[in-house]
Amino acid sequence: MGTFVMRWAWLIVGLGAAAPSLAANYVPLPGGSFASVIAADNKTAPAQIAPFRLRTEPVTNAEFLAFVTAHPEWRRDRVASVFADGQYLSHWASPDTLGADALPRQPVTRVSWFAAQAFCQSEQARLPTWYEWEFAAAADAHRPDARGDPAWRDRILSWYTRPSNTALPLVGGDPDVHGVRDLNGLIWEWVDDFNALLVSGDNRDQDGADKLRFCGAGAANLREKENYATLMRVAMLSALKAADTTNNMGFRCARPK
Amino acid sequence: MKRLWIACLSLLLLAPAFAAAPLPSDSIYQLGVKLTDQQGHSWPLSERRGRVQLVTMFYTSCTMVCPMTVDTMKLTRKAIDEPARDKLDLLAVSFDPARDSVEALRRYADKRQLDAPHWTLARGDSQDVRALSALLGLQYRQLPDGDYNHSTELILLDPDGRIIARTSIIGRLDPTFVEAVRKALATG
Repeated sequence: MGTFVMRWAWLIVGLGAAAPSLAANYVPLPGGSFASVIAADNKTAPAQIAPFRLRTEPVTNAEFLAFVTAHPEWRRDRVASVFADGQYLSHWASPDTLGADALPRQPVTRVSWFAAQAFCQSEQARLPTWYEWEFAAAADAHRPDARGDPAWRDRILSWYTRPSNTALPLVGGDPDVHGVRDLNGLIWEWVDDFNALLVSGDNRDQDGADKLRFCGAGAANLREKENYATLMRVAMLSALKAADTTNNMGFRCARPK
Repeated sequence: MKRLWIACLSLLLLAPAFAAAPLPSDSIYQLGVKLTDQQGHSWPLSERRGRVQLVTMFYTSCTMVCPMTVDTMKLTRKAIDEPARDKLDLLAVSFDPARDSVEALRRYADKRQLDAPHWTLARGDSQDVRALSALLGLQYRQLPDGDYNHSTELILLDPDGRIIARTSIIGRLDPTFVEAVRKALATG
């Protein structure tokens, strides 16, 4: 009997030890006062970002497959159309098979904002806010904020010239100073408040009769115009609806400190 | 007599079937959020199912567009003749759960004479409010002074929670939108 108990205890300990290697890795980021491309007050005020934890890697196809297996309401053949468009996970071989066009370690793409939120909730997390994402993405291997360096800007801009019909690289680029990977140069990423950026594809809302659509100070003004790569992210996110999916849009999750 | 009996039987069979009919895939009632109204009652969003809804999002301390939004909802309701008017529900959900308590919503309803049962002002958790705004295609962002930037639209839902019309014309009636409301009430 004693042996029996011991053996099971060992198994449980063994499982416990294995769990961290399967679980996603989150690292702490300090936040603080941050000069975002979107001023907090639409004029000059920096964003105030509370300390938070960020997933070191974007969510992969393999991880998302495990999620839809555990939560079949998010399978592409069962998801409500109000939560994901017709292209949701359409590059997978079947609703529960990845196949040749979706390698396990590639970042998952063709996921809607709702699906991304649901995934993050399943690991007790949420999507990062835009400010959290932009703060994290400002880092390079040595500096938490490399944005003033023209070489950094050029490197990030060069990614945008990569044709979008070539296969996505695998997750696992070099870690930045915080230990976070692949924020720049791999995919576009959803943020929690993607519909808070108030910069529409065409800016007609800011003028004339339609001005009334915005309460208060009107649509946000963008700053740091030389930070063109980040502004493209803002434009992309602002143009999307929450059920939209694209072949380059993936996500990662965040947690409070 | 036999025919009547069959009619009754089919009603008995049909009624529960209708109540339990699955939600359409494109219904916003697929979203499992909970809201709390100005009277402190909490209910799942899907409880609105069964009646035509005129929906907007707002916050009570908004001084610029929101009062006009509420006025436009009143105007739209008034433009519908009795008795169809009484089949229309009006729902305004706050962007601002931190300041818009049940008490704040109740005060606002009193001040603006937004009478139950046809008017519902509601609040929800901030995550749920964000998801609802995403579903409705509305944008909002809190500013450092506590105010919000937000888009303003009136959205029309059919009894099953499908978005069937929307307007961003605020401050006066949008005749096309009113016609859509009229039509929804005639068929809904």
